[in-house]
Amino acid sequence: MTALTSTQISMGQRVTAPLRRLSRDLSQRTTLKIGLAIVLGWVLVALLAPWISPYDPVYQDLTTRLAPMSWAHPMGTDNFGRDILSRVIYSARVDLQICLLGVIFPFIIGTVLGTFSGYIGGWCDAIVMRLIDIVLAFPFLVLMLAIITILGPGLSSFFIAMALVGWVSYARLVRARVLVLKQSDFVLAARSLGYSHSRIICKHLLPNVLTDAVVFSMSDVVLVLLNGAAISYLGLGVQPPVAEWGVMVTEGQGFITTAWWLTAFPGLAIVLLAVGFSFIADGLSENRGGTQ
Amino acid sequence: MSPLLTVDSLTITTRAGLNLVDQVSFSLAPGEMLGLVGESGSGKTLTCRALLQLLPEGALQITGGRVDFDGRDLLRLSPREMRQLRGAGVGMIFQNPSTHINPLMTIGQQMAESLRLRGRLSRKEIRARSVSLLEQVGIPSPEQRLDSHAHEFSGGMRQRAMIAIALACSPRVLIADEPTTALDVTVQAQILKLLDGLRREHGLSIIMITHDLGVVAQTCDRVAVLYGGRICEIAATADLLKHPAHPYTRGLIACQPHANVNAQGPLTTIAGAPPTAEEMPAGCRFHPRCPDAQRRCQTRQPVVHDVAQESGHRVACHYPLQRLIHRELDHE
Repeated sequence: MTALTSTQISMGQRVTAPLRRLSRDLSQRTTLKIGLAIVLGWVLVALLAPWISPYDPVYQDLTTRLAPMSWAHPMGTDNFGRDILSRVIYSARVDLQICLLGVIFPFIIGTVLGTFSGYIGGWCDAIVMRLIDIVLAFPFLVLMLAIITILGPGLSSFFIAMALVGWVSYARLVRARVLVLKQSDFVLAARSLGYSHSRIICKHLLPNVLTDAVVFSMSDVVLVLLNGAAISYLGLGVQPPVAEWGVMVTEGQGFITTAWWLTAFPGLAIVLLAVGFSFIADGLSENRGGTQ
Repeated sequence: MSPLLTVDSLTITTRAGLNLVDQVSFSLAPGEMLGLVGESGSGKTLTCRALLQLLPEGALQITGGRVDFDGRDLLRLSPREMRQLRGAGVGMIFQNPSTHINPLMTIGQQMAESLRLRGRLSRKEIRARSVSLLEQVGIPSPEQRLDSHAHEFSGGMRQRAMIAIALACSPRVLIADEPTTALDVTVQAQILKLLDGLRREHGLSIIMITHDLGVVAQTCDRVAVLYGGRICEIAATADLLKHPAHPYTRGLIACQPHANVNAQGPLTTIAGAPPTAEEMPAGCRFHPRCPDAQRRCQTRQPVVHDVAQESGHRVACHYPLQRLIHRELDHE
């Protein structure tokens, strides 16, 4: 009976292994599910922004300045009479872009440098490690500000600065993993089969390393998001009148005692997206611990 | 038959200048199974890794000797030539198949990787080859097993899978580094039978690294006994087991639980512990533990010489047992 059911199950599961694993993870891990739902929700909001936002995010209606929440303006309006809900919705586009690009460049640079540094060792390792030391010698935000100041304010400067500073954590993480895996038995076995170094790196090391980097990137995304908000808050990131949560918080701070909704709603939006990413990070690392 | 692989005075040295493997020489004929026997740290594994130049980088170096394989000196190959030789010329399987198989790839993917390296094959051909390889190593329902990961196999099946992956490169020499140590006895016997079959049917030469003389007795044609990084004795298996010439070999045989059926009482052991690389005794490296050690053993290193020329029985001992026995007989 049990044998029968198990064969039935195995016949039913003629899906490829990664898909099967993903579906199992999704069905078991509530944290991961909630996180994915929140982030996907924001992605939807960003994609559908022109259709779901009630007003133009930069349209100023000076007759309804600082209006509190009402049916016409569910989140109120700001000091220029712009609808906060619409601005929060449109901000999702900018902030998701910050999350994606702010993580992907450090991720790629860090993974590549970390892999080479760990695998090749010697002078290559020495150079990369000294570079890391240099970057780490400065406080994170100060270095970011310095780079952005040199490049001039704006989002692209922010991404460049993020790439120049953020790769360090990825490189260190990946390097440490590669150092361990390089000595591992299956890499030795792969070498004994006559595989080339590039093949060993791409097919045997990277897939094992990437999972760690991806899990880390999910928690890194939160930091990047907050950084983006902080940089915009300091006036070096997104420039007004473009809607971005950090900018909105900055603009609203002068009215925080009289019109709290100017800062509260964009702030909540940041928190919600950040929580979504943290949940994904938790879910991913949790299920790695569970399956291995 | 001329040997396929000849190792001549191979020496491996640490950065501190200690010889972990010292002047090791042996040869391997086509289709032969040679046992490399010794305690942990005797240099069995290092010797074989050196053949493929897979020593831990930086820490250890080959400082002397030649390794002739098929008319080429392996120690003088460029990294590129060496890579082409690994797998295809000399393959290797390991003690612990669970850690030596990439956990993220299916068995089929890993075999396909090797097969693709050896020549242009279509997807279908690769699949057919992989299935036949899995069949060859005795994995049931190979079609389905191709898509399994290493963790879905049992210990014995995993070892078979690893052998199949190594065979995918169609090597001429297979180095088996304690392939049965992690397995239970029944599975062990199956794997040994499998290796023996591969050798008989496909003329594969096998170097079997082991610390178990029982394994050697079942499968190997010849045995080389290593102690402290040096060869003590090398002989045909039956010869070595019946007439060990080196006191260490005799000790090893006496330690085998089933080798001394007539003996009563507790199991025999060799007193003392094997020497560490830092404290290699001078002279014969076995002399501190040797019951027959004389003063000469403490100072002079014995050279490997013939005991019986026709059978190729060679020993490195100043007072080999075979001669000692003859002397005792003479006195009577």
